[in-house]
Amino acid sequence: MSEEQIKNLEIQFEARIARDEKIEPKDWMPEKYRKTHLRQMSQHAHSEIIGMLPEGNWITRAPSLRRKVALLAKVQDEAGHGLYLYSACETLGTSRDELYEQLHSGKAKYSSIFNYPTVSWADMGAIGWLVDGAAIINQVPLCNTSYGPYARAMVRVCKEESFHQRQGYEIMIKLANGTDEQKEMAQDALNRWWWPSLMMLGPTDAESIHTAQSMKWKLKRKSNDDLRQQFIDQTVPQAELIGLTIPDSDLKWNEERGSYDFGEIDWDEFWQVVKGHGPCNKERMNARVGAWERGEWVRDAAMAHAEKKQKQKQAV
Amino acid sequence: MSTKNWPLWEVFVRSKNGLEHRHFGSLHAADAEMALENARDVYTRRNEGISIWVVESIDITASNPENNGELFEPAQDKVYRHPTFYDLPDEVKHM
Repeated sequence: MSEEQIKNLEIQFEARIARDEKIEPKDWMPEKYRKTHLRQMSQHAHSEIIGMLPEGNWITRAPSLRRKVALLAKVQDEAGHGLYLYSACETLGTSRDELYEQLHSGKAKYSSIFNYPTVSWADMGAIGWLVDGAAIINQVPLCNTSYGPYARAMVRVCKEESFHQRQGYEIMIKLANGTDEQKEMAQDALNRWWWPSLMMLGPTDAESIHTAQSMKWKLKRKSNDDLRQQFIDQTVPQAELIGLTIPDSDLKWNEERGSYDFGEIDWDEFWQVVKGHGPCNKERMNARVGAWERGEWVRDAAMAHAEKKQKQKQAV
Repeated sequence: MSTKNWPLWEVFVRSKNGLEHRHFGSLHAADAEMALENARDVYTRRNEGISIWVVESIDITASNPENNGELFEPAQDKVYRHPTFYDLPDEVKHM
């Protein structure tokens, strides 16, 4: 194709998106659109998969059967969400194996929040309430994104995710109304998860290199800072309602803006964790790669079994 | 490294009797039986279906959007296929 032809196709493509048309896998798309989507969708899929680990840590020690079935269902949903998203990635021509390879080799990133440890049961509450809460804020606008398979996956994810947040907040309510020790546990979890949750919504707008292009493609509908403000404004009253304190001495309602002002985020910590120096980066990757390697003989055996059955069928 | 990867399957789910099977997504499985089992876990965790079809993705032949012109445009100027094309007096009822 000549450069002029490509230019023409690009103009038509941008016009389709501007008209709110969806793009489907076999449609022509600019290479950059394909790459940006692959990066974002696979990062999202990896986050769901790694995101199972911090919570999986507590399944066997959940304090009641009610809590255990809920946590198990939540972690299973996360596996499902990872699978929807990997499938969406595959529609852009990258195989599941390549995607796994990118994760396992460390070439692909996942949400840095999952590199923090889950040291008490209250962390299950804080994760559901804050981490899933922030994730929902990020994800709801993606239900309208321009790439059809991604949008459809996100509709399913968002539908399922609201229970995740509610079950987390319920854990926090119970602890916050419990003994002094339980309340302290809840406050401690909030103290540790609050700032990483704010970071989860991404670098500030000034630092975010992909925002402008992603907005144009409707891969992003609101800027990181706007999403963060939305998260803070909706979460602060939820903390107050159950008598917990947000660990930010600069947090103050701003009458004029109709929003909360908040303190400085430690972006050095964020970048350290992104670069692999968080408290659990190594542990997470070891757990994931180890599970994949230990499962290899099962995958091979299943394939051998399927081939054998196929041959028997053909022989009849 | 595994010798052979599990193939990709497309999953269609009927949400209730009276409705058609609809494409729900795809997944990897070693064979059709496993694809059905995996589809149950991945796509019907909340009573989304009462029947599942799986078909290996490789067996689906899809039209190419580049040929959409010749495939679908001819239907656009055949307005006589629609009831509103025909002139009838207002007095005619039930037609």
